[in-house]
Amino acid sequence: MSPSSWSPGADVVAVQRGPRPGGAGGAYRAFGETLRGLKTTFARLVEGPKTFQYPEEKVPVYPRFRGRHKLHRFEDSGLEKCVGCSLCAAACPADCIRVVAAENTPENRVSAGERYAAVYEINLSRCIFCGYCEVACPFDAITMGHDYEMSDYNRSDLIFTKEMLLAEPLDRTPLRAAGE
Amino acid sequence: MTVLAEVGYYEAWWIQLLKAVAIFAVVFQLVPVILLVERKLLGRFQHRYGPNRVGPFGMLQPMADIGKLLFKEQFRPRNSIGWLFALAPAISMLTAVATMAVIPFSDTVDIFGTQVGLYGIDTSIGILFAFAFGGIAFYGLMLGGWASGSKYSFLGSMRAAAQLISYEVSQGLAVIGVVMQAGSLSLTEIVGWQENNVWFVIPQFVGFIIFTVAAFAETNRPPFDLPEADAELVGGYNTEYGGGRFAAYFAAEYLNVLVVSGLSVTLFLGGWNIPFVDPPTWVDPIVVLVKMILFSLFFIWVRATLPRLRYDQLMSFGWKVLLPLATLNALVTAIVVVST
Repeated sequence: MSPSSWSPGADVVAVQRGPRPGGAGGAYRAFGETLRGLKTTFARLVEGPKTFQYPEEKVPVYPRFRGRHKLHRFEDSGLEKCVGCSLCAAACPADCIRVVAAENTPENRVSAGERYAAVYEINLSRCIFCGYCEVACPFDAITMGHDYEMSDYNRSDLIFTKEMLLAEPLDRTPLRAAGE
Repeated sequence: MTVLAEVGYYEAWWIQLLKAVAIFAVVFQLVPVILLVERKLLGRFQHRYGPNRVGPFGMLQPMADIGKLLFKEQFRPRNSIGWLFALAPAISMLTAVATMAVIPFSDTVDIFGTQVGLYGIDTSIGILFAFAFGGIAFYGLMLGGWASGSKYSFLGSMRAAAQLISYEVSQGLAVIGVVMQAGSLSLTEIVGWQENNVWFVIPQFVGFIIFTVAAFAETNRPPFDLPEADAELVGGYNTEYGGGRFAAYFAAEYLNVLVVSGLSVTLFLGGWNIPFVDPPTWVDPIVVLVKMILFSLFFIWVRATLPRLRYDQLMSFGWKVLLPLATLNALVTAIVVVST
């Protein structure tokens, strides 16, 4: 059987090809397509800009956005929720959390449990914002906030201490409203 | 001495000097405007704002750019040819400005009792003059790229030479139709013909399209910006330029856009005429400037739309499509003009 007499089955579909480029027809089509392109770009002009003017106008974040961490206190007693169990430090894939626990005493009661975190540091220059610390915490003591503006001039300034994490964060980033 | 060209109207030498300064000042002031408008419009075409930080609405952005360029150190590669390297941007500037001399902004008008023609000069060879300087303009790119002593600049300048020569032919042939119908090479007389009859864009529509396409190639604007081609050639002929010399190239490019807009306004879009309205004479220069700016906006619009052509596409389009079309256009116009 010669190759020219071979015919594919009925289920084989021939490839759809466009017109051959070049020549007078090509020039004519190119002219038409150019006009179509001009129309397309002009429609974009009419729509207006879609960008955010960032430092003045911030992109609102979603409720589940994982920004800078927050440590929490009990609202009624004011005691820290963190009991210094170091589960967050164990869960952290970037190994950026350092916890040193100490015993609560009746005179110095910091947390609700037996122990408390004497040192609680997160090195935000290493943190990958995966949220595993939040998941690992048995007392919901650490959660991820909405703040994403954390740049600094000094690496050592990015090691956040317990006091900084406990403090009420500055409300710098807007939260996305429902349906936005 | 043989007379090379007849001049339609002479003024006193001091009026001519004043005119030259005035035209240069007005059109040169349009360069930063076009620069800013281009960046702003390109932004809008791409759903963004464009420069809006320097000054109100970013209006001082071109000043900031030019200031930055002028304060930069003059630098040249070790194996460049110094005096050519310095001369080339000046050639580019000069040719762009010189072409402006023949673009008429109005007919002769009466200013304080003196007859003054609102154009640089009205020679009987107006279009030839413009094309002559268009021909010299390519030396600016060519010498600049060659004198840089760098391979990318050299490639860019070679492309510039080939492109400018190929498209100049079609551009010239496209204009021949206009010249035949108007019966004159003088630009003021061509505008006068359009005043009495009809804008050349209607009877010479094919010529207008060819002229416009070739104008894109002549000014190295996208989609024909192969001499620059930042993606392939780093910066083409101006790769090694920086500071004031680069600013000169940059300004020359935008001046060229304005000049080509002025030429096509004069040749095809009726110069200082507005259809169905007969405004007072002092409006004429404004009409021409507005038309020039509108035509320059079209350049920006096309830049936002079309991608850069491949080099062989550029060449085959120029020689296989534009040139036959332009020849046919000239031929048909000749037959029509002779038979009527």
